[in-house]
Amino acid sequence: MPPLTAPTAPHDLENQIRGFLAAHDPHTTARLDFLRARFDAGLAWLHYPPGLGGQSLPRGLQPAAERAFAEAGAPDNDPRRIGIGLGMAAPTILAYGTDEQKQRWLRPLWCGEEVWCQLFSEPGAGSDLAALATRAVRDSGDWVVNGQKVWTSMAHEARWAILVARTDPDVPKHQGLTYFVLDMTAPGVEVRPLRQLTGEAEFNEVFLTDVRIPDAHRLGAVGDGWRVAQTTLMNERVAIGGGATPREGGMIGMLAETWRTRPEVRDPASHDRLMQLWVAGEAARLTGQRLSAQLAAGQPGPEGSAAKYAFATLNQQVSGLELDLLGEEGLRYDDWTMRRPDTVDFVGRSPGYRYLRSKGNSIEGGTSEILLNIIAERVLGLPGEIRADKDVPWKDLPR
Amino acid sequence: MSDELLYSEPEEDLRAAVADLLATRAPWSAVLARTGTSEPYDADLWKALGAGIGAAGLVVPESLGGAGASLREAAVVAEELGKAVAPVPFLGNLTATALLLALRESGAGDAADEHLRRIATGEQTAAVAIPFSTPPDWTTIGSLSVTPWPPSTEVHEARLTGRVTSVADALPADVLVVPADGSIYVVPASEARREPVTSLDMTRVLCDIEFDDTPAELLTIGYEPLRLALLAAAAVLASEQLGLAERCLDLTVEYVKTRRQFGRAVGSYQGLKHRLAQLWVQIAQARAVARHAASATGAEQAIAVAVAQAHCSTVAVQAAEECVQMHGGIGFTWEHPAHLYLKRAKSASLALGGPSRHRRRLAELVNLPPSAPTR
Repeated sequence: MPPLTAPTAPHDLENQIRGFLAAHDPHTTARLDFLRARFDAGLAWLHYPPGLGGQSLPRGLQPAAERAFAEAGAPDNDPRRIGIGLGMAAPTILAYGTDEQKQRWLRPLWCGEEVWCQLFSEPGAGSDLAALATRAVRDSGDWVVNGQKVWTSMAHEARWAILVARTDPDVPKHQGLTYFVLDMTAPGVEVRPLRQLTGEAEFNEVFLTDVRIPDAHRLGAVGDGWRVAQTTLMNERVAIGGGATPREGGMIGMLAETWRTRPEVRDPASHDRLMQLWVAGEAARLTGQRLSAQLAAGQPGPEGSAAKYAFATLNQQVSGLELDLLGEEGLRYDDWTMRRPDTVDFVGRSPGYRYLRSKGNSIEGGTSEILLNIIAERVLGLPGEIRADKDVPWKDLPR
Repeated sequence: MSDELLYSEPEEDLRAAVADLLATRAPWSAVLARTGTSEPYDADLWKALGAGIGAAGLVVPESLGGAGASLREAAVVAEELGKAVAPVPFLGNLTATALLLALRESGAGDAADEHLRRIATGEQTAAVAIPFSTPPDWTTIGSLSVTPWPPSTEVHEARLTGRVTSVADALPADVLVVPADGSIYVVPASEARREPVTSLDMTRVLCDIEFDDTPAELLTIGYEPLRLALLAAAAVLASEQLGLAERCLDLTVEYVKTRRQFGRAVGSYQGLKHRLAQLWVQIAQARAVARHAASATGAEQAIAVAVAQAHCSTVAVQAAEECVQMHGGIGFTWEHPAHLYLKRAKSASLALGGPSRHRRRLAELVNLPPSAPTR
């Protein structure tokens, strides 16, 4: 087992994991039993509080702990499949949930027993999320919800959703929102696949018709939904920006490999372009690594938005050059069948798929244009965009 | 470990000391005023920085009176100097120091030690007599002739004849380290004729050097130490370019917040906002690659330096060009500092090999050959 070297590591964490593994042999313990026991032992997400899967330890200890479990052959909670739960729902529940809510939702979330999805974007509210129109109306102890959400990954497998809905149309758009947890099996929830330009359907449209949500499933105060949603969105960017990858770890690695192994595609006129992108890939990689080091050292920087922006731009340029180099082969596509993948692999499948899928990178999780606005306004302190709708009651906005 | 990409506390302390000095002694107005004089380098400032703060002997081992620091600290100094486009021979002196250190390893011994000692105390400033454009992977270099020929380690005295053009930081140097015909010599600067060049970069004025049967002392046979020295110089230059880019962005952001047209601050237009945000992204990346280049050793150093030069050269030029453009008319005038940065940025990108040269070298290092092998 690797040493847990972070300066604040309690001496006994290593021993704790060793002891846990001795008591729960990963090779003979059933997967779910193992994960539940790990959660109950406070060895799930170490930075969460005791009783909720953690021990309030620094985040920086997590990778070493994960490695220790992996090396012992322990099952994981399939983090890619439950990414929305882990990365977005859980931190929000932790920050705004009642004790009862935390106890009910966090354990099955972490163990992967219950998949979560996110009901934020709407056909009429993309970048301008606060303009959303899905209505939630109070009806005795419940809320009754009507509206349409879009770009919901995993909606077809999710048990729960985090939802932002409008509870007061008479105040300006940011003030009339409330944040809920929605039972995806409730009557009136209809999920339809949303086919995208790659041919497959990673995402869904979700139609909500007279869906009842008990008030006990509200997160945060009525009217405070915008603030609660900020917690979710902030954690989304941390998730996208963080993490260290090896050199040539991303899409540039596939392009470099094609160049190396297939001399016939080496167009001399494209060589400098290839190297420019290789340098850009290395710069993005080192920047991500620097960001992780800053976070581990407790100096979070605003580089998260930058990393996401750079990642999108680079993927699009690299996958475009890959098709250029392939020539005739670039004219062919692997499969237009409407599949329903559980996870997305930006560097997977074929060059044509990579080219098409990367077009989404500059739209999903904040468009590149919005990210540049965020950097310009919050980092550089430049004047904000003119917002004519800021103080107008939502119901009076032109639509 | 990735902590190498951050700045340590001692590095931040060093930065603060250099920044303080430059703020009082080298405001841009003083730097600009000096460009019109017969003394393009600021000797007093160099004394305060080199001997006072110890920047001259920063990477000289403690056993020879230096600070025993690494290129990382030198890179931090270079960042601050880049922000101020300060007219001091830090980079040239560092290149010569790195060369002396490298040839000390190869057995040049006492002579190199003595020069390093004097550099550390600030008694002498050194420069390497090669064109500033020479990349770390040059193929041919110089045209000086040496007598007697061939050189021998038995006979240390030699005479050099010929001309070296476009040398950086040699004007204020006391001693020149001279690569000539496959060996490396040292020459008191006063023995050679140095002719200032009207340089694109007015804050790092080049000179042409004429040797005419000039007495020289042989330090070592072979050029390998020179490659190591230029690699070190290129690593540190990347940080200078980072500092310059940061300052250009700061100046520009400040300006577009206050300059109003059509009744609005021009910085409120997305046409400018987005370009400045993109520049900020590029600079955040430049910081990571420059830190890595200053930390890397062994085989990784060559890759890290090529990446840093390819990236930081481009970013510094972009930052300076945007600085001129977004300042509009005032940015095109002599009385505004933008041109100092533009001239330094463009020159620095040509120095020690331009971006495309570094990308070509990188292609060799990471096995991405330009074309199919010919059979």
